[in-house]
Amino acid sequence: MVMASTTEEQDHHGHGHVAHHFDSAQQQFDAGKLGMWLFLITEILFFSGLFVAYAVYRVNHPEVFIDARQHLNTSLGALNTVVLLFSSLTMAWAVRAAQLGQHKLLSNLIILTLLCASVFLGIKSIEYSHKWGEGLLWAGAYTYGSEELVEQDKSAAKLAATAVLGAPAALIAVVSGAILVFWRKRLSSVVRTLVAVALGMGAIYFVGVGIGIIVEVLTHSSVSHEPGDHSISQVAGEPGPGVFFSIYFTMTGVHALHILIGMGVMLWMLEKSLRFEYGPDYFGPVDFVGLYWHLVDLVWIYLFPLLYLIG
Amino acid sequence: MNSNQNELQHEEYDHHGLAHVMPVKLLVGVFSLLIFLTIITVLLAQVPLGPWEVWVSLGVATVKATLVCLYFMHLRYDRTFNGFIFLSSIFFVALFLALTLMDLNGPRVPLSGIE
Amino acid sequence: MIVDINSEKILRDDGVNYLNCDRGWKSWAFTLDHKRIGIMYLAGILLCFLLGGIMALLIRAELFTPGKLYLTEDKYNEFFTLHGAIMTFLFLIPSIPAAIGNFVLPIMVGAKDVAFPRMNLASFYLWVAGAIFFLLALGLGGLDTGWTFYTPYSTTTNSTVIAATMGVFILGFSSIFTGLNFIVTINKMRPAGMTWFRMPLLLWSLYATSIIQVLATPVLGITMILLTAEKMLGVGIFDPELGGDPVLYQHFFWFYSHPAVYIMILPAMGVISELMSVFSRKPIFGYRFIAYSSIAIALLGFLVWGHHMFLSADSPLAAVIFSALTFSVSIPSGIKVFNWLATMYKGSIRLDTPMCYALSFILLFGIGGLTGLFLGALATDVHLHDTYFVVAHFHYVMMGGTLIAFLAALHYWWPKMFGKMYSEKWAKVACLLIFIGFNWTFFPQFLLGSQGMPRRYARYEAEFEGLHRVSTTGAMVLGVGLGLSACVLGHSLWRGKRAPRNPWGAATLEWQTGSPPPHHNFIGKPVLTDPYDYDDLVFDEEEGGFVRRRRRSGSEQEKPIKEPSIV
Repeated sequence: MVMASTTEEQDHHGHGHVAHHFDSAQQQFDAGKLGMWLFLITEILFFSGLFVAYAVYRVNHPEVFIDARQHLNTSLGALNTVVLLFSSLTMAWAVRAAQLGQHKLLSNLIILTLLCASVFLGIKSIEYSHKWGEGLLWAGAYTYGSEELVEQDKSAAKLAATAVLGAPAALIAVVSGAILVFWRKRLSSVVRTLVAVALGMGAIYFVGVGIGIIVEVLTHSSVSHEPGDHSISQVAGEPGPGVFFSIYFTMTGVHALHILIGMGVMLWMLEKSLRFEYGPDYFGPVDFVGLYWHLVDLVWIYLFPLLYLIG
Repeated sequence: MNSNQNELQHEEYDHHGLAHVMPVKLLVGVFSLLIFLTIITVLLAQVPLGPWEVWVSLGVATVKATLVCLYFMHLRYDRTFNGFIFLSSIFFVALFLALTLMDLNGPRVPLSGIE
Repeated sequence: MIVDINSEKILRDDGVNYLNCDRGWKSWAFTLDHKRIGIMYLAGILLCFLLGGIMALLIRAELFTPGKLYLTEDKYNEFFTLHGAIMTFLFLIPSIPAAIGNFVLPIMVGAKDVAFPRMNLASFYLWVAGAIFFLLALGLGGLDTGWTFYTPYSTTTNSTVIAATMGVFILGFSSIFTGLNFIVTINKMRPAGMTWFRMPLLLWSLYATSIIQVLATPVLGITMILLTAEKMLGVGIFDPELGGDPVLYQHFFWFYSHPAVYIMILPAMGVISELMSVFSRKPIFGYRFIAYSSIAIALLGFLVWGHHMFLSADSPLAAVIFSALTFSVSIPSGIKVFNWLATMYKGSIRLDTPMCYALSFILLFGIGGLTGLFLGALATDVHLHDTYFVVAHFHYVMMGGTLIAFLAALHYWWPKMFGKMYSEKWAKVACLLIFIGFNWTFFPQFLLGSQGMPRRYARYEAEFEGLHRVSTTGAMVLGVGLGLSACVLGHSLWRGKRAPRNPWGAATLEWQTGSPPPHHNFIGKPVLTDPYDYDDLVFDEEEGGFVRRRRRSGSEQEKPIKEPSIV
């Protein structure tokens, strides 16, 4: 990832990108920005349902929440927060790079954002597989504390879950690697870069998995896993710890889905960036995708304390 | 040489471009502040604050969110309308939350039948 | 089309318009032209209305007798579920915004298209996808939860709930994208000179509608996701067996579904505002009041959802608050009605077909709105909840309101959309049949409800038979009326007289361009005028429509553009 000097990049502009129904580039940009902010509002209202569900259950059954919360690994959550914040920085910087016509920097920053997202998902997969192994799932599948689960079974289950969650990333990495090895000559440089990025994303996902495992092991002692630890068990009609995990999985799951969608859109944007399509006259898409990405970060800024820290 | 040119471009596009350009220093500064606040909130979570816990955590989160909105999302340099609609959406979320909580607060009171 | 600047007479018309400028199915399937997208929406929603309408007639037929006629109870439940869901989600919500608004809004604003044409097309295909999911639910059978999908029945029953909820989710995005597009178009693409208070009132109402679409629909989206997750995974947020709360579902559902009814009625009111002025040939009375009341209805509509839950929710305090707020929403609606009546007062009224529908609207929506007050009052709602009174109320506002206004809009803009005039006589006969049939069907239902007939029941006590028979007979008349209006409009496409640019003598921008309009909406730039000033519009015998006579004071625009308001 070599960052070229700015001198050679100044000549490239986004030309003639004003659609026929707009009077000017400024009108097009302003319209696009307003449109994206309106879309972000719909996302806020979308997530709001989950936050309301959280609040209703928490207010009415605080002891369930406080008790269930201890199964979450605060360090992993904090680490993911840092990763996302950093990705917001790279994304905001990318917008600046687009505005200044710094094409190579722009592409590099988009790639960096994508890699951060991969790390985030990798760390998340460790959290999910850990809970899968322990039976700490949503209400309908909550089996934590039941006598049948043995330590060995739990470890095997965690491994299996990690493998399943990591399969897509592994597949992407392997396929990308294969394409690069066998078809390198036939690809244009832009496509080659994209495939390399996909390979990188798959690989970095497992770096995230690795970091997650290390942190999980190091902080293991602070998270209690004794079956008899919590006195609250699942009683029909009364919310138990399963409801906390219902909310946990839906909130983080919907959030992770948005990360995946963001990654897809960023790859599309990367392709255009590699073709030098963005410049001082036309950087709207970078700006707007950036706004979406910051929203994803915003949601996490609230998810983290509400799920991991309170109690 | 590079930094001079960056500065020049910054000024130029401030006046002629489609939108304001964020200086790198400001971006990195905001990021550092966000990391600092994250550390603060994790540390504060260790301190037993009783009923204040929720409000403190949410308060710090809101400061972080405000920083992201104003600087990363550009609202400070953008048209006021965009910020206005964003804030008003929060208002509607608060409405949703408040009225639902008011209704679902506390144990069930069964309705008595009409004789 | 070449038009003489001074006399505004058409010198030459090459007959090329948005309908024939491009041929082949691909030019429609991949079009970015808002007018073509509007027409495709129109065709789609009318088909869905037909489907929902057939279900309604089948339901009414079954209810002709107290016992079983031909439907089992379970099948009956499926029928009313699908009737409600199809009518609400596939017809009413998109109707005026997507079919009429998509066509008219950009032209009315003097623009070439909406802000995001590709998003507009995506919106349409999302609607189609949602429709397919619903047809799946219909075909696979078994959906009998009611259109409200209340838990825990919906999450525990073995029917095609998931197909329907996924359909609703997708339709939600169609609605959101339309609203988003409209807000940006109105905000950013108005011409210089068309300030907020010089906009036609239809645009105000579409703007208010879009605000609701953007704010409320996402909550429906997450509700459907949670419902699906609950069914597929047993997530348990709404299921009491797993510690969940079914009333929480109701809060989620109604937070969207109450504002949704304002999505249905606000565009309708916007249409009526336009029609009242044109067909009274008088500027709209109280322009600002109508504009502000549209926004007020949109915002107040978010505060009242609990009135659907008076009998299921807990807190008496919350119930009282929701009831009081419900009364407040009726005020802006009342303001509009009085402004429309004041517009007609001392106006030069023409009873063309659109006006006949518009007048029907005022009466029927008036009845519907007033009966809503009975339901909003806690004490009476305890008796009326889940009875036929509710059914009658919402049919009066949704059908007597939105559908009638939709028909009014269709008859008003039909010449503009298709360049054809329909038979006024037969269209008015259809309007009369619809009006009579509608009241025949639904007025008895107020009586049924207040006497205790519950809704969603396939069988009933013998004492209700008389009124049910009346209602069913009325439904058949209503069906004939609707069928007739369809025939009238359809016939015009083949045999209708060619439409002039401005058959009604209206002053909004879309009437300055051809009927149908050219691909880019206008040849040259439209002349900005007061949208409710009819003084300059004179009937031209040769063209068969109204033209704008310019005065000889020398300047392009003789009259200074003033705000169209008496207040």
